[in-house]
Amino acid sequence: MALSGIQIYKLLPQTNCKECGFPTCLAFAMKLAAKQVELSACPYVSEESKKQLAESAAPPIRLVTLKAGTEVKAGNEVVMFRHEKTFYNKPGLFVRVKASDSNLAAKVAEIDKYSVNYVGMDLSVDGFAVEADSGDASAGSAQAFAAAVKAVRSATKRPLILIGDPATLPAGLEVCSGETPMLYAADGSNWEAMADLAAKHKAALAVKGESLDELADLTQKIQAKGVEDMVLDLGGKSMGDWLMRSTQVRRLALKSNFRPLGYPVIALPGKAGEPGKESVYAAQAIAKYAGFVVLDTFTPEMVYALLVLRENIYTDPQKPIQVQPGIYEINNPTADAPALVTTNFSITYFSVANEVEGSGLPAWLVVTDADGMSVLTAWAAGKFDAERIAKAVKEFDLASKINKKRIVLPGHVAVLSGELEEELAGWEIRVGPREAVDLPAFMKQALN
Amino acid sequence: MPIEIPKDKWPGSVRKVTLGATAAEGGTRAKTVTVGGQTTMPYLQFEAPTPNPPVVAIEIKSHKPEDWSPLLAETWGEAMKEPAQWAKKAEEAGADLLVLALTLEDTPESAVEAVKSVLAASGLPLIVWGPGQAEKDNELLVAVAEATKGERLALGICEDKNYRTIVATALANGHLVQARTPMDVNLSKQLNILITDMGLPADRILMDPTTGALGYGMEYGYSVMERLRMAALQGDAMTQLPMIVTPGFEAWKAKESKVGGGVPQAWGDWRARAIHWETITAIALIESGADIVVLRHPESVKRVKEAIGELMTA
Repeated sequence: MALSGIQIYKLLPQTNCKECGFPTCLAFAMKLAAKQVELSACPYVSEESKKQLAESAAPPIRLVTLKAGTEVKAGNEVVMFRHEKTFYNKPGLFVRVKASDSNLAAKVAEIDKYSVNYVGMDLSVDGFAVEADSGDASAGSAQAFAAAVKAVRSATKRPLILIGDPATLPAGLEVCSGETPMLYAADGSNWEAMADLAAKHKAALAVKGESLDELADLTQKIQAKGVEDMVLDLGGKSMGDWLMRSTQVRRLALKSNFRPLGYPVIALPGKAGEPGKESVYAAQAIAKYAGFVVLDTFTPEMVYALLVLRENIYTDPQKPIQVQPGIYEINNPTADAPALVTTNFSITYFSVANEVEGSGLPAWLVVTDADGMSVLTAWAAGKFDAERIAKAVKEFDLASKINKKRIVLPGHVAVLSGELEEELAGWEIRVGPREAVDLPAFMKQALN
Repeated sequence: MPIEIPKDKWPGSVRKVTLGATAAEGGTRAKTVTVGGQTTMPYLQFEAPTPNPPVVAIEIKSHKPEDWSPLLAETWGEAMKEPAQWAKKAEEAGADLLVLALTLEDTPESAVEAVKSVLAASGLPLIVWGPGQAEKDNELLVAVAEATKGERLALGICEDKNYRTIVATALANGHLVQARTPMDVNLSKQLNILITDMGLPADRILMDPTTGALGYGMEYGYSVMERLRMAALQGDAMTQLPMIVTPGFEAWKAKESKVGGGVPQAWGDWRARAIHWETITAIALIESGADIVVLRHPESVKRVKEAIGELMTA
């Protein structure tokens, strides 16, 4: 937990020597607390104080980065609820594949190239978990695992999670040299060997425990062996159980600054046993604090839904995704095409644009600056009123683009039409449907 | 040494609200449904038990909706033409209660008839929605409220522009209301104040903070619900009401669920996607504090009910 200015002040020499450039040690401490200066500006601070201050500056939930051709980051979160600030690092979505899969490389290649567009962003999975599943710890299984990791590596540049035991994992790790994979998982019986492996290969290490007490005990022992990047598998026998553990871990880190559990969490929703339930487990994990989610099932429709959920939950609540206000051309409109008005909230814009685009009908889309809010929200907040709409029509010079001076309002703000007629003298104000999905029918029937 | 888990202690709690009345209570319902009563953020049972699980309502309509997704039409089949049959099928599909949405085609007489046929066909508690046009809502809901006095139906949807008539008839006939505001904590409070000012006790109000579907603004509703629940636990009386949301309506309006053709290949299988869309929207809202989720597809109902069962298991 970050120290307050007063707490930092107590660790400073308190001589007010001014060499740091501030009039007093207290002033310097305040700047330090606000992270506006570096401690190195103080020439007299003791080694002991330096150490304490460095520890307090560490984030309560460690940032763990997996690296290969791409990177996945988890941790560094600061709040329990997204409205309190925002959630920062989107949980990495991994797909588990098995070393014994005869079709491994092709399967991975197909999932690897999966990409889906959501409000202008291309979303995809973040990596793969390769499981050594040939059972015994014979030399043959290590070889098979190495071959499998090689096959996966030939099909994707994304980071890997290697699932196996201390006997098989080294063979897989050799294939990933120079990368930062995650090893899954250390538990009460194998933690020493797993910790040695993780330390040697600078890999992140997942740690599994039956209870939070056991987990905290393990992470401390593993850290003593030189492993810093850990990830927690919370277990839990039901969604309720998992939710509580995940909440407790986050709270312990954020509110109690409890270091032994200050790591990101990994969720394995595949344990649900069937895809319908797996997606529900994964949804809970995304909403409630997982840093990594490993799916057993890959279907485009399920991954699409989960990727969108992840975008939604991790959108900064203070900054709605906006599109640039302006006039957008859809399906190459001519001067006879209708002009439709909407707001610059990205989801609103894309809903409207997608519908019109899908219909094949040409239109001019007048996107007004509504501070990135949806039609109803912006209207309620006074950000989408007659004045703003009229301003957009004039500012973007809509009249120069179309023959007929006519605009179509979203049905939800029909109430604005009277006022708009006053603001835009000589313009015809039409009220369109409330929902974007009804626009094509409206354009065909009502606008001809 | 065992870890000391930090626990939140809240001064307030959510009110309990009961829908439906049995014969002994002046109605005809086979059972009632009670929601609310929480003293913690959702399902944190290491702090206190969750007294009432969230419940699933299935939405049916008085007339077969022509604009619903073909996937829904396929599932409910002929039953969609007959609210009583539809209600029975919805009960079989696992609904804890029903929502009957009236339509613009309804007259007060046909609305009353539809409501009575549903009440006769199913013993579940019932929520009745008007078609969503102020005048028509008032006309139909007043007739329904009077014809079902004492049933403890929930009538909706009250909004700030149109709530007086619905609240007055709920008050006079022993019903509840559903109060909807557009994703804003203060607007929710304000409408609850206006409604209670008319004399309707707070334990007869369901708060509907409005939601969007997954991908269509769901996160706004999600955070407003978390904030409303927090305000309730902090002791703000006018937010201490159970929350009802309509993920079924929202998700099935989204293109992802509604249509099968003309969509990107990366969207995958239509039917599976539609169920994911409805289910995941509902799960996220339950995690953020929903007490009643109104759904449309039986498979989503099954998945959501299973999840609720697991969330209640500590």
